[in-house]
Amino acid sequence: MTGRAEHRRRSERDAVISGIGQSEVGRRLGRTAMSLTVEACLAAAADAGLTLNDIDGLSTYPGGVMDGLNPGFGGPGTDAVQDTLRLDLNWHSGGHEGPAQIQAVINAAMAVTTGLARHVLVYRTVWESTAQGSGGRQGMGGAGGGRARMAGSLQYLLPFGAVSAANWLAMNAQRHFHTYGTTRETLGEIAVNNRRNAGLNPKAIFRDPMSMDDYLAARMISTPLCLFDCDVPVDGSTAFIVSHRDYAPDVPNTAVGINAVGTALHGRPSWDQRPDMEESPLRAAADAMWARTELTRADVDTAQLYDGFSIITLMAIEALGFCAIGEAKNYLEGGHRISLDGELPLNTAGGQLSAGRLHGFGLLHEACVQLRGQGGERQVSGEPEVAVVANGGGPIAGTMLVTRGVS
Amino acid sequence: MEGHVMEDIFPVRVLPTVDRQNRRFWTSGEEGRLCIERCTDCGAWIHPPTGICSSCHSSSVEPTVVSGRGTIYSFTVNHQPWFGDIGPYCVVLVDLEEGSAAQPLRITSNLVGTDPDDVAIGMPVEVFFVRCDDVWLPQFREIR
Repeated sequence: MTGRAEHRRRSERDAVISGIGQSEVGRRLGRTAMSLTVEACLAAAADAGLTLNDIDGLSTYPGGVMDGLNPGFGGPGTDAVQDTLRLDLNWHSGGHEGPAQIQAVINAAMAVTTGLARHVLVYRTVWESTAQGSGGRQGMGGAGGGRARMAGSLQYLLPFGAVSAANWLAMNAQRHFHTYGTTRETLGEIAVNNRRNAGLNPKAIFRDPMSMDDYLAARMISTPLCLFDCDVPVDGSTAFIVSHRDYAPDVPNTAVGINAVGTALHGRPSWDQRPDMEESPLRAAADAMWARTELTRADVDTAQLYDGFSIITLMAIEALGFCAIGEAKNYLEGGHRISLDGELPLNTAGGQLSAGRLHGFGLLHEACVQLRGQGGERQVSGEPEVAVVANGGGPIAGTMLVTRGVS
Repeated sequence: MEGHVMEDIFPVRVLPTVDRQNRRFWTSGEEGRLCIERCTDCGAWIHPPTGICSSCHSSSVEPTVVSGRGTIYSFTVNHQPWFGDIGPYCVVLVDLEEGSAAQPLRITSNLVGTDPDDVAIGMPVEVFFVRCDDVWLPQFREIR
């Protein structure tokens, strides 16, 4: 698998991220998903120095049909956005079956590199905070609200009160603790790190300082995961413009190059059926990504790794090879390596744990901010040139290596 | 194997949509037995049921009675009140004894009757069933 990938032309390098945009982000904003989406999309186009007349491609995750599963999870589909903005498109795509949230960006890059489109608008909108209201976070499938019926793979989870990814990922964490001696403190290093970074991000939701003691004292959600191991639902939309690299010299801000992507998925795409649940499905995608680049882990200046739950981030650090599988306890000890001035500054805007659950896209947005040198108080020193982004991490995953300027 | 039906620990559950494919898995508990799909050509176990063997791609597959015994592969004690305040409950991944390490035969379920503080990976467990409408949900208890 890896051998074949090595001999492919790395055509993703013909694509760049020419613009980024993000709406207001907050809890229970009471705005519509379309209002947030349009705010982010217009900001991204303007940031790229383009008008909507220049946009000829449209891409999103998860598409417009997902809200029945988890209120506020899906934003508007491409048809709704195309119609609202009256776009004329040469290519369009929205869906959730693929290498996690970042698949929408990867699809856009492929559309650009195949010549199907020149400037693709990519967006991801969540409005879970408003949709779920003030009554606490909800389980899937209407759990607690009546006797619902469920088909598909979730029928083998939800009847047993395993109604949230918190329950499912907790069982990955329990395996990791059991097999490798990982502890709550190990996960706490990620949560504390992200909170510290969020304090430097004016748009973050939780900015108050949090100590390890605060973390350890938090109420349990699903053992061994506590409240601060779980991300915070928000309302917000994030958008990118993916353009052909020919456009890079005209980009008003620094173009962000797409150096390599990882889309592989080996083994069973399942929350509960993977034989070794200590390992993330990201591993195959990460191996495929590294095989597509001459860059190495030592070249990475910042990592923006999915943190829907802290255990996903821990498993991503291992899957990407920053330490061996099972070594995260030592790697994360004291939190120095992942801090802003460490060797691998992690989730520098606060991640989903503290800045808010922008569902993968917030992490790619922050990678671009850092590579463009626009991080303000949280800017990684030394003009970072390479960032790695990972999305997903339950049954599926995707990853991307991005650079300051074209790759 | 004891297979009698017990009182449920949940006031309400999200239930599966019973269809031709999954019917035996969700209803064989009425007979006090757990049935898993198995290939009659090569003997491989298939879960969740698909009607096709994942090893040899044969469509000669049949729901087949298993012992109902296994060990806890992983677990979590849920504290979040998704269902109102029903107290902590234990979700388990049970590797049934008919599977192997490389190809585990695993189902998600609940462990009932054991103090959440005492649950451990590797604990031997056996199946029983709770009835909810037209389905008999497999549940597990510790083999002491």
